[in-house]
Amino acid sequence: MARQAGRGAAESKKMSSELFTLTYGALVTQLCKDYENDEDVNKQLDKMGYNIGVRLIEDFLARSNVGRCHDFRETADVIAKVAFKMYLGITPSISNWSPAGDEFSLILENNPLVDFVELPDNHSSLIYSNLLCGVLRGALEMVQMAVDVKFVQDTLKGDSVTEIRMKFIKRIEDNLPAGEE
Amino acid sequence: MNKTEMADEALFLLLHNEMVSGLYRAAEHGEGENGRCITKLENMGFRVGQGLIERFTKDTARFKDELDIMKFICKDFWNTVFKKQIDNLRTNHQGIYVLQDNKFRLLTQMSVGKQYLEHAPKYLAFTCGLIRGGLSNLGIKSIVTAEVSVMPACKFQVMIQKM
Repeated sequence: MARQAGRGAAESKKMSSELFTLTYGALVTQLCKDYENDEDVNKQLDKMGYNIGVRLIEDFLARSNVGRCHDFRETADVIAKVAFKMYLGITPSISNWSPAGDEFSLILENNPLVDFVELPDNHSSLIYSNLLCGVLRGALEMVQMAVDVKFVQDTLKGDSVTEIRMKFIKRIEDNLPAGEE
Repeated sequence: MNKTEMADEALFLLLHNEMVSGLYRAAEHGEGENGRCITKLENMGFRVGQGLIERFTKDTARFKDELDIMKFICKDFWNTVFKKQIDNLRTNHQGIYVLQDNKFRLLTQMSVGKQYLEHAPKYLAFTCGLIRGGLSNLGIKSIVTAEVSVMPACKFQVMIQKM
Protein backbone atom coordinates (compact mmCIF):
# COMPACT_ATOMS: atom_id res chain seq x y z
CA MET A 1 0.00 0.00 0.00
CA ALA A 2 2.74 2.37 1.02
CA ARG A 3 4.57 1.52 -2.16
CA GLN A 4 1.57 2.39 -4.27
CA ALA A 5 1.30 5.76 -2.60
CA GLY A 6 4.96 6.27 -3.40
CA ARG A 7 4.40 5.45 -7.03
CA GLY A 8 1.56 7.94 -7.21
CA ALA A 9 3.89 10.62 -5.94
CA ALA A 10 6.46 9.69 -8.57
CA GLU A 11 3.87 10.11 -11.31
CA SER A 12 2.98 13.60 -10.20
CA LYS A 13 6.61 14.65 -10.42
CA LYS A 14 6.37 14.83 -14.17
CA MET A 15 6.66 18.19 -15.79
CA SER A 16 7.05 19.56 -19.25
CA SER A 17 10.61 19.18 -20.41
CA GLU A 18 10.63 22.70 -21.83
CA LEU A 19 11.50 24.30 -18.52
CA PHE A 20 14.43 21.95 -18.10
CA THR A 21 15.61 22.32 -21.68
CA LEU A 22 15.45 26.11 -21.61
CA THR A 23 17.11 26.32 -18.20
CA TYR A 24 19.93 24.12 -19.38
CA GLY A 25 20.30 26.30 -22.46
CA ALA A 26 20.52 29.41 -20.32
CA LEU A 27 23.21 27.75 -18.22
CA VAL A 28 25.33 26.79 -21.23
CA THR A 29 24.95 30.30 -22.65
CA GLN A 30 26.10 31.81 -19.37
CA LEU A 31 29.08 29.47 -19.12
CA CYS A 32 30.12 30.37 -22.67
CA LYS A 33 30.17 34.01 -21.54
CA ASP A 34 32.06 33.26 -18.33
CA TYR A 35 34.81 31.09 -19.80
CA GLU A 36 37.05 31.92 -22.66
CA ASN A 37 37.29 28.59 -24.39
CA ASP A 38 34.97 25.70 -25.08
CA GLU A 39 37.16 23.16 -23.28
CA ASP A 40 36.65 25.00 -20.00
CA VAL A 41 32.89 25.05 -20.58
CA ASN A 42 32.94 21.31 -21.28
CA LYS A 43 34.89 20.73 -18.09
CA GLN A 44 32.53 22.88 -16.06
CA LEU A 45 29.44 21.14 -17.47
CA ASP A 46 30.95 17.76 -16.66
CA LYS A 47 31.73 18.88 -13.11
CA MET A 48 28.21 20.17 -12.57
CA GLY A 49 26.81 16.98 -14.02
CA TYR A 50 28.92 14.95 -11.64
CA ASN A 51 27.55 16.88 -8.66
CA ILE A 52 24.03 16.27 -9.93
CA GLY A 53 24.72 12.58 -10.57
CA VAL A 54 25.92 11.84 -7.05
CA ARG A 55 22.61 13.18 -5.75
CA LEU A 56 20.37 11.91 -8.49
CA ILE A 57 21.37 8.31 -7.84
CA GLU A 58 19.75 8.46 -4.41
CA ASP A 59 16.51 9.74 -5.84
CA PHE A 60 16.69 7.06 -8.51
CA LEU A 61 17.34 4.14 -6.17
CA ALA A 62 14.66 5.29 -3.75
CA ARG A 63 12.04 5.54 -6.47
CA SER A 64 12.86 2.77 -8.88
CA ASN A 65 13.20 -0.36 -6.76
CA VAL A 66 16.31 -1.36 -8.66
CA GLY A 67 18.80 -3.40 -6.66
CA ARG A 68 22.50 -3.90 -7.18
CA CYS A 69 23.50 -4.69 -10.76
CA HIS A 70 25.46 -7.90 -11.23
CA ASP A 71 27.22 -7.05 -14.44
CA PHE A 72 27.78 -4.17 -16.82
CA ARG A 73 25.11 -5.43 -19.24
CA GLU A 74 22.49 -5.16 -16.57
CA THR A 75 23.76 -1.69 -15.70
CA ALA A 76 23.37 -0.65 -19.32
CA ASP A 77 19.80 -1.91 -19.36
CA VAL A 78 18.86 -0.05 -16.20
CA ILE A 79 20.41 3.19 -17.45
CA ALA A 80 18.72 3.11 -20.83
CA LYS A 81 15.35 1.61 -20.00
CA VAL A 82 14.69 2.87 -16.48
CA ALA A 83 16.82 5.92 -15.69
CA PHE A 84 16.69 7.76 -19.02
CA LYS A 85 12.99 6.99 -19.27
CA MET A 86 12.31 8.29 -15.78
CA TYR A 87 14.26 11.53 -15.98
CA LEU A 88 14.26 12.53 -19.64
CA GLY A 89 11.33 10.58 -20.98
CA ILE A 90 13.36 8.83 -23.65
CA THR A 91 14.75 5.32 -24.07
CA PRO A 92 18.12 5.25 -25.81
CA SER A 93 19.12 2.02 -27.51
CA ILE A 94 22.17 0.06 -26.44
CA SER A 95 24.67 -1.06 -29.04
CA ASN A 96 28.30 -1.61 -30.00
CA TRP A 97 29.28 -3.86 -27.14
CA SER A 98 32.99 -4.49 -26.93
CA PRO A 99 33.95 -8.20 -27.02
CA ALA A 100 35.00 -8.06 -23.38
CA GLY A 101 31.62 -6.62 -22.42
CA ASP A 102 33.17 -3.62 -20.70
CA GLU A 103 32.15 -0.97 -23.23
CA PHE A 104 28.89 0.01 -24.91
CA SER A 105 27.15 2.90 -26.58
CA LEU A 106 23.91 4.65 -25.77
CA ILE A 107 22.26 5.82 -28.97
CA LEU A 108 19.90 8.77 -28.54
CA GLU A 109 17.61 9.44 -31.47
CA ASN A 110 16.42 12.71 -30.00
CA ASN A 111 18.22 14.43 -27.18
CA PRO A 112 15.78 16.49 -25.10
CA LEU A 113 18.58 18.79 -23.95
CA VAL A 114 19.03 20.18 -27.45
CA ASP A 115 15.42 20.80 -28.42
CA PHE A 116 15.75 24.45 -29.37
CA VAL A 117 19.48 24.59 -29.99
CA GLU A 118 21.72 25.53 -32.86
CA LEU A 119 25.47 25.60 -32.34
CA PRO A 120 27.14 28.69 -33.74
CA ASP A 121 30.21 28.03 -35.88
CA ASN A 122 32.64 29.51 -33.39
CA HIS A 123 31.79 26.87 -30.79
CA SER A 124 32.84 23.82 -32.75
CA SER A 125 34.54 22.12 -29.81
CA LEU A 126 31.71 22.73 -27.36
CA ILE A 127 30.09 19.48 -26.23
CA TYR A 128 26.68 20.95 -25.60
CA SER A 129 25.17 18.10 -23.58
CA ASN A 130 28.33 17.26 -21.67
CA LEU A 131 26.38 17.55 -18.42
CA LEU A 132 24.96 14.10 -19.16
CA CYS A 133 28.42 12.52 -19.07
CA GLY A 134 29.04 13.96 -15.64
CA VAL A 135 25.65 12.81 -14.39
CA LEU A 136 26.28 9.22 -15.55
CA ARG A 137 29.80 9.16 -14.13
CA GLY A 138 28.76 10.62 -10.78
CA ALA A 139 25.74 8.38 -10.36
CA LEU A 140 27.66 5.20 -11.19
CA GLU A 141 30.52 6.16 -8.90
CA MET A 142 28.06 6.15 -6.01
CA VAL A 143 27.23 2.53 -6.77
CA GLN A 144 30.90 1.53 -6.81
CA MET A 145 31.52 1.70 -10.53
CA ALA A 146 34.23 3.82 -12.07
CA VAL A 147 33.16 4.49 -15.63
CA ASP A 148 34.49 6.63 -18.44
CA VAL A 149 31.71 8.47 -20.28
CA LYS A 150 32.00 10.57 -23.42
CA PHE A 151 30.15 11.75 -26.49
CA VAL A 152 31.41 10.22 -29.73
CA GLN A 153 28.60 11.41 -32.01
CA ASP A 154 26.30 14.41 -31.72
CA THR A 155 23.37 15.45 -33.91
CA LEU A 156 24.24 19.07 -33.14
CA LYS A 157 27.45 18.53 -35.05
CA GLY A 158 25.83 16.97 -38.06
CA ASP A 159 25.96 13.31 -37.03
CA SER A 160 22.82 11.30 -37.67
CA VAL A 161 22.44 10.21 -34.04
CA THR A 162 23.80 11.15 -30.67
CA GLU A 163 26.06 8.48 -29.21
CA ILE A 164 27.39 8.30 -25.67
CA ARG A 165 30.22 5.81 -25.18
CA MET A 166 30.51 4.21 -21.73
CA LYS A 167 33.61 2.27 -20.67
CA PHE A 168 33.82 0.34 -17.45
CA ILE A 169 37.13 1.04 -15.70
CA LYS A 170 36.97 -0.76 -12.38
CA ARG A 171 34.84 -1.65 -9.43
CA ILE A 172 35.43 0.69 -6.53
CA GLU A 173 36.15 -1.30 -3.39
CA ASP A 174 34.42 -0.44 -0.17
CA ASN A 175 36.88 1.45 1.93
CA LEU A 176 36.33 0.16 5.40
CA PRO A 177 38.24 1.91 8.14
CA ALA A 178 41.02 -0.31 9.54
CA GLY A 179 39.83 -2.79 12.15
CA GLU A 180 36.16 -2.63 11.28
CA GLU A 181 35.87 -5.65 9.04
CA MET B 1 3.30 20.01 -29.90
CA ASN B 2 4.76 16.95 -28.32
CA LYS B 3 3.45 17.01 -24.78
CA THR B 4 4.40 13.41 -24.15
CA GLU B 5 7.97 14.51 -23.81
CA MET B 6 8.09 14.85 -20.09
CA ALA B 7 11.08 15.47 -17.91
CA ASP B 8 11.27 14.75 -14.25
CA GLU B 9 11.01 17.47 -11.70
CA ALA B 10 13.96 16.16 -9.68
CA LEU B 11 16.21 16.91 -12.61
CA PHE B 12 15.20 20.55 -12.74
CA LEU B 13 15.52 20.96 -8.99
CA LEU B 14 19.01 19.46 -8.98
CA LEU B 15 20.06 21.49 -11.99
CA HIS B 16 18.85 24.67 -10.36
CA ASN B 17 20.69 23.81 -7.14
CA GLU B 18 23.85 23.13 -9.03
CA MET B 19 23.54 26.37 -11.00
CA VAL B 20 23.35 28.30 -7.77
CA SER B 21 26.15 26.53 -5.95
CA GLY B 22 28.28 26.17 -9.08
CA LEU B 23 28.20 29.90 -9.75
CA TYR B 24 29.09 30.75 -6.18
CA ARG B 25 31.88 28.17 -6.14
CA ALA B 26 33.35 29.60 -9.35
CA ALA B 27 33.20 33.12 -7.94
CA GLU B 28 34.99 32.03 -4.76
CA HIS B 29 37.82 30.48 -6.73
CA GLY B 30 38.07 33.56 -8.86
CA GLU B 31 37.17 31.55 -11.96
CA GLY B 32 35.10 33.24 -14.56
CA GLU B 33 33.95 36.70 -13.80
CA ASN B 34 33.94 37.54 -10.13
CA GLY B 35 30.83 38.15 -8.11
CA ARG B 36 27.49 39.35 -9.47
CA CYS B 37 26.10 35.85 -9.04
CA ILE B 38 22.59 37.05 -8.27
CA THR B 39 22.55 39.10 -11.48
CA LYS B 40 23.72 36.13 -13.50
CA LEU B 41 21.06 33.87 -12.04
CA GLU B 42 18.45 36.53 -12.66
CA ASN B 43 19.58 36.90 -16.26
CA MET B 44 19.38 33.16 -16.84
CA GLY B 45 15.86 33.17 -15.42
CA PHE B 46 14.97 36.05 -17.70
CA ARG B 47 15.95 34.11 -20.82
CA VAL B 48 14.06 31.06 -19.68
CA GLY B 49 10.99 33.13 -18.82
CA GLN B 50 11.01 34.67 -22.28
CA GLY B 51 11.23 31.28 -23.92
CA LEU B 52 8.54 29.71 -21.76
CA ILE B 53 5.99 32.47 -22.24
CA GLU B 54 6.42 32.26 -25.98
CA ARG B 55 5.54 28.59 -25.87
CA PHE B 56 2.75 28.82 -23.30
CA THR B 57 0.85 31.67 -24.93
CA LYS B 58 0.89 30.56 -28.51
CA ASP B 59 -2.65 29.19 -28.21
CA THR B 60 -4.15 31.62 -25.73
CA ALA B 61 -6.37 34.58 -26.50
CA ARG B 62 -5.01 38.10 -26.33
CA PHE B 63 -4.85 39.50 -22.82
CA LYS B 64 -7.29 42.26 -21.87
CA ASP B 65 -5.02 44.28 -19.62
CA GLU B 66 -2.18 44.22 -17.16
CA LEU B 67 -4.22 42.49 -14.47
CA ASP B 68 -5.23 39.81 -16.91
CA ILE B 69 -1.57 39.16 -17.64
CA MET B 70 -0.71 38.98 -13.94
CA LYS B 71 -3.51 36.49 -13.42
CA PHE B 72 -2.11 34.38 -16.22
CA ILE B 73 1.32 34.42 -14.55
CA CYS B 74 -0.18 33.43 -11.20
CA LYS B 75 -2.29 30.62 -12.58
CA ASP B 76 -1.16 28.99 -15.79
CA PHE B 77 2.48 30.01 -15.78
CA TRP B 78 3.08 29.13 -12.14
CA ASN B 79 1.18 25.90 -12.54
CA THR B 80 3.29 24.73 -15.44
CA VAL B 81 6.57 25.67 -13.82
CA PHE B 82 5.98 24.91 -10.15
CA LYS B 83 2.92 22.65 -10.28
CA LYS B 84 0.77 24.93 -8.16
CA GLN B 85 -0.83 28.35 -8.34
CA ILE B 86 0.25 31.49 -6.56
CA ASP B 87 -1.67 31.56 -3.28
CA ASN B 88 -2.33 35.26 -3.10
CA LEU B 89 -2.13 38.13 -5.56
CA ARG B 90 -2.38 41.69 -4.33
CA THR B 91 -2.02 45.00 -6.10
CA ASN B 92 -2.23 48.69 -5.31
CA HIS B 93 -3.58 49.33 -8.83
CA GLN B 94 -0.63 51.61 -9.46
CA GLY B 95 1.71 49.12 -10.96
CA ILE B 96 2.82 47.16 -7.92
CA TYR B 97 1.83 43.52 -7.58
CA VAL B 98 2.68 41.15 -4.76
CA LEU B 99 2.59 37.45 -5.55
CA GLN B 100 2.64 35.24 -2.53
CA ASP B 101 3.50 31.56 -2.67
CA ASN B 102 3.05 29.85 0.69
CA LYS B 103 4.96 26.77 -0.37
CA PHE B 104 7.53 27.82 -2.90
CA ARG B 105 8.89 24.74 -4.66
CA LEU B 106 12.54 25.75 -4.68
CA LEU B 107 12.53 26.29 -0.91
CA THR B 108 10.41 23.39 0.32
CA GLN B 109 13.31 21.00 0.55
CA MET B 110 15.52 23.47 2.36
CA SER B 111 13.75 24.29 5.57
CA VAL B 112 10.53 25.02 7.40
CA GLY B 113 11.08 28.10 9.49
CA LYS B 114 14.04 30.40 9.77
CA GLN B 115 16.93 27.98 9.38
CA TYR B 116 19.15 28.81 6.35
CA LEU B 117 17.19 32.01 5.83
CA GLU B 118 20.39 33.83 4.85
CA HIS B 119 20.79 31.51 1.85
CA ALA B 120 17.26 31.98 0.54
CA PRO B 121 17.95 34.96 -1.80
CA LYS B 122 20.30 32.85 -3.96
CA TYR B 123 17.48 30.43 -4.61
CA LEU B 124 15.00 33.12 -5.60
CA ALA B 125 17.02 35.11 -8.13
CA PHE B 126 16.37 32.70 -11.00
CA THR B 127 12.62 32.80 -10.40
CA CYS B 128 12.59 36.62 -10.21
CA GLY B 129 14.16 36.59 -13.64
CA LEU B 130 11.64 34.01 -14.81
CA ILE B 131 8.77 36.35 -13.96
CA ARG B 132 10.50 39.40 -15.39
CA GLY B 133 11.34 37.59 -18.63
CA GLY B 134 7.80 36.29 -18.97
CA LEU B 135 6.30 39.73 -18.46
CA SER B 136 8.83 41.28 -20.79
CA ASN B 137 7.69 39.09 -23.66
CA LEU B 138 4.11 40.15 -22.94
CA GLY B 139 5.12 43.77 -23.34
CA ILE B 140 5.54 44.69 -19.69
CA LYS B 141 8.79 46.07 -18.40
CA SER B 142 9.21 45.41 -14.71
CA ILE B 143 11.48 45.03 -11.71
CA VAL B 144 10.95 41.85 -9.73
CA THR B 145 12.26 41.29 -6.23
CA ALA B 146 11.59 38.57 -3.70
CA GLU B 147 11.52 38.34 0.04
CA VAL B 148 11.24 35.50 2.51
CA SER B 149 10.54 35.85 6.18
CA VAL B 150 9.66 32.26 6.99
CA MET B 151 10.49 29.41 4.64
CA PRO B 152 9.07 27.96 2.48
CA ALA B 153 6.69 30.91 2.03
CA CYS B 154 7.87 33.61 -0.30
CA LYS B 155 6.68 36.92 -1.74
CA PHE B 156 7.55 38.23 -5.17
CA GLN B 157 7.08 41.92 -5.73
CA VAL B 158 6.56 43.09 -9.28
CA MET B 159 7.00 46.78 -9.99
CA ILE B 160 5.76 47.69 -13.43
CA GLN B 161 7.88 50.27 -15.23
CA LYS B 162 5.90 52.65 -17.37
CA MET B 163 7.36 52.69 -20.84
